[in-house]
Amino acid sequence: MTGWDAAVQRLADGQATLLGLWGEPGVVHLAALEGDALVHLTRASPYPAVSARHPPALRPERAARDLYGLDPEGLPDPRPWLIHGETPTAYKFLPVEGEGLHQIPVGPVHAGIIEPGHFRFTCDGETVVRLEQRLGYTHKGIEALLAGAPIDRAARLAGRISGDSTVAYALAFALAVERAGGVSVPPRAVWLRALAAELERVANHLGDVGAVCNDAAFALMHVHCAALREEVLREAASCCGHRLMMDWVVPGGMAADLPAAAPARLLRLTAELERRFRRLVRLYDGTVSLQDRTVGTGTVAPALAARFGAGGFVGRASGRAFDARRSPGYAPYDALGFAVPTRAEGDVNARVWIRIEEIFASLGLIADILDRLPDGPVRSPLPAAAGEGIALVEGFRGDILAWVRLDGTAVARAHLRDPSWFQWPLLEAAIEGNIVADFPLCNKSFNCSYSGHDL
Amino acid sequence: MFRTLLAGLRPPLTEPLAADPELAAAGAALDLAARRRLGRGLAIRAVDAGSCNGCELELHALGNPWYDLERFGLRFVASPRHADVLMVTGPVSWQMREALARTYAATPSPKWVVAVGDCGAGCGVFADSPACAGSVAKIIPVDLTIPGCPPPPARLLAGLAALLEGGGFR
Repeated sequence: MTGWDAAVQRLADGQATLLGLWGEPGVVHLAALEGDALVHLTRASPYPAVSARHPPALRPERAARDLYGLDPEGLPDPRPWLIHGETPTAYKFLPVEGEGLHQIPVGPVHAGIIEPGHFRFTCDGETVVRLEQRLGYTHKGIEALLAGAPIDRAARLAGRISGDSTVAYALAFALAVERAGGVSVPPRAVWLRALAAELERVANHLGDVGAVCNDAAFALMHVHCAALREEVLREAASCCGHRLMMDWVVPGGMAADLPAAAPARLLRLTAELERRFRRLVRLYDGTVSLQDRTVGTGTVAPALAARFGAGGFVGRASGRAFDARRSPGYAPYDALGFAVPTRAEGDVNARVWIRIEEIFASLGLIADILDRLPDGPVRSPLPAAAGEGIALVEGFRGDILAWVRLDGTAVARAHLRDPSWFQWPLLEAAIEGNIVADFPLCNKSFNCSYSGHDL
Repeated sequence: MFRTLLAGLRPPLTEPLAADPELAAAGAALDLAARRRLGRGLAIRAVDAGSCNGCELELHALGNPWYDLERFGLRFVASPRHADVLMVTGPVSWQMREALARTYAATPSPKWVVAVGDCGAGCGVFADSPACAGSVAKIIPVDLTIPGCPPPPARLLAGLAALLEGGGFR
């Protein structure tokens, strides 16, 4: 048995977790987590479909087929995925049979300020019996733009694959480039990167906790959380000149050092957030009418989360304790203590609680990082290099995989895999048996990225 | 719960218009112009035509207590059929061009279109991608562009003020 076949066997047996499957012309790549080790394999196409034995590979294989013409043997579902083609309306949704069923098509243009995608609900009365997603609407040809791009331009692109995770993407890309070129980053930059990543996590989780409550018609939490989120974004802007911290993390280190006044301001912010958010948590915990909506809604079974290797709050709310900061792990988190909360219930409420606990953990991390921030330069030169690098970084939403092949001062090929790839399919499972009116609530509790997925 | 209702939001977070000169000017202009033209009611429909979702975050921020878009009579609505203004983000992916054109067609006249962000204005970092159909203006008529990656909320407010001050309805 070749290394590839053995790896696929371990995926199918549940002994390994799929981290990504992607293509380039004539070649297919597979990344998997085996214990603490990140394994990366390639083989020539055509190849036997991995998804025939391990369903989580299905959407990635359909995407690689669309983007690079790789046509695996025995692909269980050969419909296009990311590229809709000349006749998008010819797409055949899965057939549904049964008495009294009706369908509700939603999107790509939705009712809120939200990204575009299509949801096809099949319902029996108010109850959803099947959701089928159709994505790809925000496909921007990112991998094609990355191929051949100079490293600095590629880094800007990587930071715009999913804007809400710009720090995590920029970090994943930078680590992959640095590993490909054998570059080591100054210690101060390593710690500043973690500072930026934790600020991003806090800002997004605050927004999500409020937005989930808002979708349960509890606008009060939304208003309070949005106010706190704004305070984080303003401090971020005072740290680096950009509210979302875009382009602050760059290959080689950081684009700029932290201003001298920033640490004291950030410490004040974390103390203030800790105090005010704790009060909001009591409000969430004590409002029965709100929990009536979130408890027991949109449940993901732990076995399914494990099989799909769902990262972030989706996985951790269903018992999957994985966190890329711990395993495979990267600096400076190996020198930092932090809790990785898990829950077993897998419902909307559990996904809210994971975020709540992670906000407190990140606030603690920010204070620790500021306390131990080393002095020194924040950027290393990036000599021309040829080679490959791969990295796994924990964004607010889950683990982001980045792979690059460098060709001197340019990127020859790159692939960045959003956590949403292995979360979107679980949303289809979570909504089953729930009422249509709870879909926005379930969807927000997942908060998957459309842009990150559509590439 | 009623103590919590205002705790943390008192004194009001909504910025006194003098706090930020850019915001102050934008807010004052917006308030006057909105009242004159619309009698305090302008319905905005956000359309993501392929953005990275960065612009959406800042459009959301317009509604938080710090910016409080609704104090100017501006609000986001759920359907283009209720809208006066389309705020369009993204480099218009090839696969959103049809949906964008249909959304525009579904918006009753008179109407305005604001292309939001560097992508809406000129495709931003995604320029030259064969998967993008071109900037918003290539697909539907655009009245105003608000540049930025993403444009911060204060600039979005300033842009909306400029829109109300300026051109006519379509």
